[in-house]
Amino acid sequence: MILHDIAHCRAGDKGDTSILSLFPYRDEDFPLLVREVTAERVRAHLAGQLRGEVVRYVLPNLCALQFRCRQALDGGVTTSLALDTHGKGLSFRLLSLPIG
Amino acid sequence: MRTTRIGSGAGFAGDRFEPAEVLVRHAGLADLVLECLAERTIALGQQRRLTDPAAGYDPRLLARFRRLLPLAAEHGVRVLSNMGAANPLAAGRATAALLDELGLDRGVAVVTGDDVLDRIDPRTPALEDGVPLEEHGELVSANAYLGADAIMPALGADVVLTGRVADPSLFLAPLADRLGWDLADPPRAAAGTLIGHLLECAGQLTGGYFADPGRKEVPGLAELGFPFADVTADGAAVFGKPDGTGGLVTRATVREQLLYEITDPTAYLTPDVELDLREVTVRETGPDRVAVRGAIGRARPPRLKVSVGYRAGFRAEAEISYEGPNSRERAALAGEIVTKRLPAPPRIQLSTSDHESRLRVAALTRDRDAAEAVCHEVEALYTNGPAGGGGVRTSTTEVIGIVSVLADREIAEPAVTTFGPVR
Repeated sequence: MILHDIAHCRAGDKGDTSILSLFPYRDEDFPLLVREVTAERVRAHLAGQLRGEVVRYVLPNLCALQFRCRQALDGGVTTSLALDTHGKGLSFRLLSLPIG
Repeated sequence: MRTTRIGSGAGFAGDRFEPAEVLVRHAGLADLVLECLAERTIALGQQRRLTDPAAGYDPRLLARFRRLLPLAAEHGVRVLSNMGAANPLAAGRATAALLDELGLDRGVAVVTGDDVLDRIDPRTPALEDGVPLEEHGELVSANAYLGADAIMPALGADVVLTGRVADPSLFLAPLADRLGWDLADPPRAAAGTLIGHLLECAGQLTGGYFADPGRKEVPGLAELGFPFADVTADGAAVFGKPDGTGGLVTRATVREQLLYEITDPTAYLTPDVELDLREVTVRETGPDRVAVRGAIGRARPPRLKVSVGYRAGFRAEAEISYEGPNSRERAALAGEIVTKRLPAPPRIQLSTSDHESRLRVAALTRDRDAAEAVCHEVEALYTNGPAGGGGVRTSTTEVIGIVSVLADREIAEPAVTTFGPVR
């Protein structure tokens, strides 16, 4: 099983920071996400793209996890040499994480 | 309890025109907000203004308004937008002239004061890297994020144009105006900021950045409708979209937008408030209707964020394709050759499908000649590289970098200028 099977994700950008928010389709899968999708695993899974720290916020009221990833966007939208300068694709790369 | 309906007619400068028109015609709005100013857009506007003093505002402003403003006048909808970009006064003049031409007796108010380029201390370290502004490159723009308090005095007009303001402030100000809120009351400022944050990306709330076939189905995406919110005086809001439009408003679409671009959900800072999202609840109340409440607000931050643009050099981008057997190897060889021929290694990317490989070469250079030299080496691969190369595309663009600093609120002196009949 991969994350894509049980969760959806949105990527946002601020400067050189990528913000990934993760939501289970079913609220009962939230504890599984909290247990398995740690900041360390996100950083390891997206290594190569993320060069800075990853901070995780747990938001039980919303059944959501939020990951703030520093130095993730090749310097930021305007100066990046990447094709996807906003890092929009990072959310779906995260969803390829094996889980369970 | 007093209620007002506010709609979102654009979430970025390139947004479609039609959904805003549908909102104005069919949704019974009091206010429509068009958010069209991304982080880098204002610096690009400053560049255009340098060559033409009457330019610098959103290039699509007149095309968008020519279709929208007659409808807004007919339905009595106030329109607010940051399409003023780097030249809000010129945008106001152009809009007033358009209203004249259309025979509409409507007033325009322009919020200025965000442009602080001649006041910013170039020695201020950037938040992103701690390096003083002046060491990044020649500064071309510095715009302070103004808050709802700067917009309030403009709300007697039918059309309100701004330059740089915080996106949620464009929504908070008309809500405060309609519902009699005091902006210094953190719970109200937080509620309005949360609503503005959810609406500011328009179609991203109604399924416009959501579909994933087989997992997340979105009906009628080709006729995507844009969102509105019904807001009560206590700050609770129900989000929806016009009946008969495509897209969807669900707990899932609203949650994705709720945390979008929020670097700290415990303290989202705007010029108006410090917003804490931890107690927010998102509940479906009917088809395409979602109720959101629970924003926690703390007093606004003491300083304003200022977005600074600087000349960062030139970006060269060039691509070439190789097809058929061994295409990946030939494209990779082309990348090695061009890297050897250039003075500094460019960024090389290969996109490969079953039958085709496309090589992309990108570089950031200090001047235009160096960027064009990169493009030239890729073009020269036609007859100086591996077999079968075709479809070269090259481009050279000036890059305006963006960094941020914090500055005392006094750096900005907001003012309002009006054109035509304004209450």
